Amino acid sequence: MAPTHSLTPAMQRQRNARLRRNTFYLALLAIALVAPFVAYPVFLMKVLCFALFACAFNLLLGYAGLLSFGHAAFLATGGYITGYLLASYPGLTPELGILAGTLASLGLGLAFGALAIRRQGIYFAMVTLALAQMVFFFYIQAPFTGGEDGLHGVPRGELLGLISLADNLNMYYFVLAVFVIAFALIQRTVHSPYGQVLKAIRENEPRAVSLGYNVDAYKLVAFVISAGIAGLAGATKTVVFQLASLTDAHWHMSGEVVLMTLLGGVGSLFGPLVGAGLVVSLQTQLAQSPLGNWVSVILGAIFVICVLSFRSGIVGEIQKLVKKNFK
Amino acid sequence: MSSAILEARNLTKQFRGFTAVDDVNLQVQEGHIHALIGPNGAGKTTVFNLLTKFLPPTRGEILYRGKPITGMKANEIARLGLVRSFQISAVFGHMTALENVRVALQRTLGTSFHFWKSEKSLDHLNERALELLDEVGLADYADVLTVEMPYGRKRALEVATTLALDPTLMLLDEPTQGMGAEDVDRIVELIRRVSKGRTVLMVEHNLSVVSRLCDRITVLARGAVLAEGDYQEVSRNPQVREAYMGSEAAEEEASA
Repeated sequence: MAPTHSLTPAMQRQRNARLRRNTFYLALLAIALVAPFVAYPVFLMKVLCFALFACAFNLLLGYAGLLSFGHAAFLATGGYITGYLLASYPGLTPELGILAGTLASLGLGLAFGALAIRRQGIYFAMVTLALAQMVFFFYIQAPFTGGEDGLHGVPRGELLGLISLADNLNMYYFVLAVFVIAFALIQRTVHSPYGQVLKAIRENEPRAVSLGYNVDAYKLVAFVISAGIAGLAGATKTVVFQLASLTDAHWHMSGEVVLMTLLGGVGSLFGPLVGAGLVVSLQTQLAQSPLGNWVSVILGAIFVICVLSFRSGIVGEIQKLVKKNFK
Repeated sequence: MSSAILEARNLTKQFRGFTAVDDVNLQVQEGHIHALIGPNGAGKTTVFNLLTKFLPPTRGEILYRGKPITGMKANEIARLGLVRSFQISAVFGHMTALENVRVALQRTLGTSFHFWKSEKSLDHLNERALELLDEVGLADYADVLTVEMPYGRKRALEVATTLALDPTLMLLDEPTQGMGAEDVDRIVELIRRVSKGRTVLMVEHNLSVVSRLCDRITVLARGAVLAEGDYQEVSRNPQVREAYMGSEAAEEEASA
């Protein structure tokens, strides 16, 4: 691979960083492959689903600079559509069900995005929140969601009609595959020609306009991709737990994903993964302990500490330390 | 008609009853460096924002090469070749200088929505980007994150980014604002050099910059055109002296 143009030192450095990053991801993948033999697969799947949700959210907040406070709507839509289709049509294979849920979220993202993108900052957040609340009440009333009870007994089915997902290990590897593909898509999006423009818009929107970019269209694309991946996370989660419930549509969920992303580190690809892992672990552990009723208080306190003392999140702080000590 | 590249006819902007720009007629001739000057609050920046479509006018018309662009959006006129700069240096902070220029270059590739493509597909633009950086004396800064660059260099980078679009008309909003004398000289030289074969319209406070650079000057006061001409004509105009240079000129003469 002989480069035809001159490589500046920084490009060399970038290339090295890319190499290091890929090695890191490979190591992580290796760990993920053996993880179900060490930890409880259902717990791992939950972490992966929420990590994917947080990654989708981070694409919007960290790379487009848009704070959505309505991402629960996309998680829930993916879950409900997939759940409903799989429960009603026994012949439908899970991957098609998940695809349908994802597409539904994509469509919803397009509609919401087109409405919300014209507003900026807190107004954008409020519009997304309002729209998501409408979705929440729609799902309470709609006949196919089971209202307050939710959708239960969604069959996991057989992947491609061949591999039974009832087995937790099979299910785990399927979820892992979904996660890896979606994560790769986000990674590519961030490091694409489109990602460069998105970054420019985040850094200085008027300047991006003056360079001739139609910034609203770029933001909308980011919003739709983010909504679609959030829907994918919800759809996959529904298959894993065989249920879709109002919890996913509630604004608590929109808040939780903000917490996960900020805790892990906004604007770093790996941050939301760490954040989601941490929050889900804490919730699971605390729920079983005598502190069960205090989960929200403890998470809230952690959030406050995070925002006050390490604002770039766990991964951001670690990156800073590494930069300082190993350069 | 004349060879005006940009023309404003009866341009008016009102904010809640306050008329910031009042019936301004302006012609920028092709190949000129044209300055828009005036005391604080004269409406220079508002006129500038109207011309660059960052604000919609209340009344009036804007023509580019004789064609109306009044109803176009800011990003659309950039595609016609009218590229503006900003009062506060407008750079993309957490991108390197090279990436700043490249993001302008990449627009014409038509792949800017391709989120599935690797950013390596942009690498062939690096050479051109480096040339542009070299042209403004920033070759050594190619790999530096823009937030870490000194102010004067950021402004030079902004010029390089603007040049990347090969604009026919550059609109500069106070290009020397907030600069030390050394940087001002560098930017003046730079503008002189890059304006070859282009037209420049600039809002500028620094009169020495205007006198050194500009072919034609329009003086605004209270939202309306007070005078127009070259530096000699304008600086001799008693109304201008009173409205604009009054205090400054008097001080200068007193100290001279």
